[in-house]
Amino acid sequence: MYRDNVNSISKGFDVQLVTIYIILMLIGWLAIFSSSHIPNGESVNIFNLQTLYGKQIIWIGTSVILAIVILILDNRIFQHLAYYIYIAAILLMIIVLFVGTEIAGAKAWIKIGSYSIQPTEFAKFATALALAKLFNEGKTKFQKRYLWLIAFFFILIPIGIIIAQKDTGSALVFLSFILLFYREGMSGNILLIGAAAIVLFILSFCLNEIYALAIVTTIFIIFWIIQRKFKKKLIRNGIIYASAVIFIFSANLLYDKILQPHQKMRISTMLGQTSDPQGADFNLNQSKIAIGSGGFWGKGYLKGTQTKLNFVPEQSTDFIFCSIGEEFGFLGSITILLLFSFLIYRILFLAERHRNSFVRYYGYGVASIIFFHFIINIGMTIGLVPIIGIPLPFLSYGGSSLWGFTVLLFIFIRMQKS
Amino acid sequence: MNQQVQQRYYLILAILGILVLIYLIRLFHLQVIDDSYKVYAERNALRQITEHPERGLIYDRNDSLLVYNEAAYDLMIVPNELRQFDTTDLCRILDIPKEILLERISKAEKYSKLIPSIFEQQMSKEDYGYVQEKLHKFPGFFVQNRTLRSYPFPIAAHILGYVGEVNDKILENDPYYQLGDYIGISGIEKAYEPELRGVKGKRVVLVDVHNRERGSYDDGKYDKLPKSGTDLWSSLDMRLQIYAEKLLQNHSGSIVAIEPATGEILCIVSSPGYDPNLLVGKSRGNNYKILLNDKKNNPLFNRALMAMYPPGSTFKLANALIALQEGVITPSSFYFCPHGYKVGGLTVKCYHTGTVNLISAIQVSCNNYFCRVFYNILSNRSKYNTIQEGYQAWKNYINDLGFGRKFESDLPYETKGIIPSVEYFDKQYRKHWNANTVISMGIGQGEVATTPIQMANLMAIIANRGYYIKPHVIKAIGNKSTPNDRYLEKYYCGIDARYFEPVIKGMEQVMVAGTARRSKIEGIPMAGKTGTAQNPHGMDHAVFAGFAPLNEPKIAIFVLVENAGGGGAVAAPIASAIVEYYLKDDAKKKELEDKLNPSSP
Repeated sequence: MYRDNVNSISKGFDVQLVTIYIILMLIGWLAIFSSSHIPNGESVNIFNLQTLYGKQIIWIGTSVILAIVILILDNRIFQHLAYYIYIAAILLMIIVLFVGTEIAGAKAWIKIGSYSIQPTEFAKFATALALAKLFNEGKTKFQKRYLWLIAFFFILIPIGIIIAQKDTGSALVFLSFILLFYREGMSGNILLIGAAAIVLFILSFCLNEIYALAIVTTIFIIFWIIQRKFKKKLIRNGIIYASAVIFIFSANLLYDKILQPHQKMRISTMLGQTSDPQGADFNLNQSKIAIGSGGFWGKGYLKGTQTKLNFVPEQSTDFIFCSIGEEFGFLGSITILLLFSFLIYRILFLAERHRNSFVRYYGYGVASIIFFHFIINIGMTIGLVPIIGIPLPFLSYGGSSLWGFTVLLFIFIRMQKS
Repeated sequence: MNQQVQQRYYLILAILGILVLIYLIRLFHLQVIDDSYKVYAERNALRQITEHPERGLIYDRNDSLLVYNEAAYDLMIVPNELRQFDTTDLCRILDIPKEILLERISKAEKYSKLIPSIFEQQMSKEDYGYVQEKLHKFPGFFVQNRTLRSYPFPIAAHILGYVGEVNDKILENDPYYQLGDYIGISGIEKAYEPELRGVKGKRVVLVDVHNRERGSYDDGKYDKLPKSGTDLWSSLDMRLQIYAEKLLQNHSGSIVAIEPATGEILCIVSSPGYDPNLLVGKSRGNNYKILLNDKKNNPLFNRALMAMYPPGSTFKLANALIALQEGVITPSSFYFCPHGYKVGGLTVKCYHTGTVNLISAIQVSCNNYFCRVFYNILSNRSKYNTIQEGYQAWKNYINDLGFGRKFESDLPYETKGIIPSVEYFDKQYRKHWNANTVISMGIGQGEVATTPIQMANLMAIIANRGYYIKPHVIKAIGNKSTPNDRYLEKYYCGIDARYFEPVIKGMEQVMVAGTARRSKIEGIPMAGKTGTAQNPHGMDHAVFAGFAPLNEPKIAIFVLVENAGGGGAVAAPIASAIVEYYLKDDAKKKELEDKLNPSSP
């Protein structure tokens, strides 16, 4: 029995995914060690639980055990329990709302002894499972429009709870499922509208409303002149134009009323509207200095000064990429980018190939989440994205996130084998 | 897969690819093209800490400490590293109002945003402990250990001088100094600044974002240990200096004692003086103002080097020497003194009458005799055709004897004194002048003015029979056996050694049977000359000059007590007390000290 299991674990699972998973986790540990260990001549005990690198060994060990357990389990169990897992995760998050501990402004943690867990991380794979089940079974059960409505509802529930926990960054992660929706037939216009909204927001913010209005109007006039079809759909295009104008003028209002001051600051910092190297800019500035000072070859392992000496905030968690950028330089950065690109590509590739559509749906959910985390996390360290506090999958320090991503990935690996 | 779905799959992959490409370009720019981040990183993490060397110590000639260092703590600021901090908290710790805090920050910023400057000087030990503990709350601040000068005895303040912060002008001209650095401002501290200051060291340390040091950078490869300043041995005799200052403590005046063979100053007093400990550290500014404004005592004024007095009768010795060298008198030349020197309507009074030769003229300080001597020098028509030539010849001798010029040794702020030039008298008298016009200079009155150090130096010349070494206060540098080679040269004054004997004989008579006979010391043959420096502003100044022992002199001395009347009564006893103290053994010294302090056990 045991032997069978061992054989079934080693055979048939996607070796490439497992390999990348292990490589990323090890790189993560090395980076955490480097950024939290200051050489002082004393001998190093990597199992020292007072240190982040010591604790991370525990998280890595337990994650590996989790992965093995998932691989041993019957692959149908996930499809079967999808909704229950989702409901459990939602309940856990609601409980956190009441009994949670506040860490860094977000009430998203449950404290157990000296460790804290963040149920949000578990809600990610739970939601991916629930959506996969919904798409798999709902296509025959519901009318198309209800199906979409329910699907949006599935992601709005966790978003609502997480916003209530004041953890906006994590809430945004759930928007990444739009990629899955798109693959499953959601109108591409929604993606376009989303992209257009972001561009308009930046335009009206960086320039001002009048310029943004002028640009939008010019674009419409050009379309009016060169595209014959454009004139025919006058009403539709009129509505689009009107909403664009309204959006332009409400963008600032939106910005002023809805966002928290620190979020405003991060956005305006990213857009280059404020420059205060010692203040709000500080994190981004320090992060860029750390990465930029790495050069092509890097300063060498354990030789980073910026990430070691706490200049970079959250250097073991959200800003772990700085440590790699500083000590391993451009080569290290490329390596990380390529590893993630390949990971995401491989998941999509395998999902696309799979005969069981449940696996495909789930695979897209996994890829969406990892994609979002990867792009946002690295983007914020190099100043291309506002600073949103979400971890870099498999690399950042933290038990909950490593467990969450491990479960997320390995359920896919398990199901993909079938 | 239908076509639309496949399109979407590829589109998603394309989005991934494009984003990763953008990131790669951005990273390439950040890490490979743009070099500025490397510079920022260095500033971020490295701090250069100046290690101030300990200033050299100053010993007296018998290895007693005159000046040493005491630890002090300065709070330093690096404006660029400032982050938001609790200003009220810092104000409370340092007990300063917020305006001062802001003012200091902007001053530091004006100096340099990157180089540390002093924010709060010399914190108390309690403040230091408190600040050190809370330092992580005040990024941009750190504490630097410094040393302050300290003086075990409140003596010789003028000569030792003081140190203070460098001013803007020095900062501009000398790159060695940084804002808040100390520099010798006067006295020995100034004259030997390059030796005393040592060599600054530096430490390059890693500093984290909370302003904590995290060890040295690159195993201390860039660190440089500070090199302590060089110790100095002063020629001053600490006990003699204390004794001399005590003798003069209730008077205004000056004492200078020189070891004739070396030019080393044994003690140098200007009274009233001040305690050098007053001009140290934080309170220096205030105390300096108080001392400066004390117009009655004028304690900052160094009378020994700067006060110009008419030398009075002691000047007669110089004229006697010149006359002998010029051949206008011989030791046995005699003149009858009719209670003074009369010329035309003018009379230079003399309190004695009778016929005197050179030796007895010195003994009784005969004004008539020395007026004639002076007349003879200036009107030596066999050598000099005009009064101008004669006067110039005399002036040359006088200058060579150290008058009318500065020694420019290691002594602070000398004045030249006054020996008028030929031109001066030509202008004054429209060229119609002769020896009698300026005759009062023959007895050390009139236009002539000298400083106490110059008079003491004249005594050294006489004791040496013809030469002097620039009076100076530093005997050895770095090591007691390494003599200060700046002041070894002998300056000959153009008067043959044999002409000194009769003068010295006369000075001996002063002590034995002359104007200072009451100050003669048992067992020590001494030469001396009293004087009375006329003071138009009040009572005359009492003057005494001399040296001892007669053969192989060990000490040449000059004493001037302001407004004390005749030299014999006040100045001579002080001089002989000092000579006796210096030349006698320790037991006798103790006895003399006790006599001065009847209250002490």
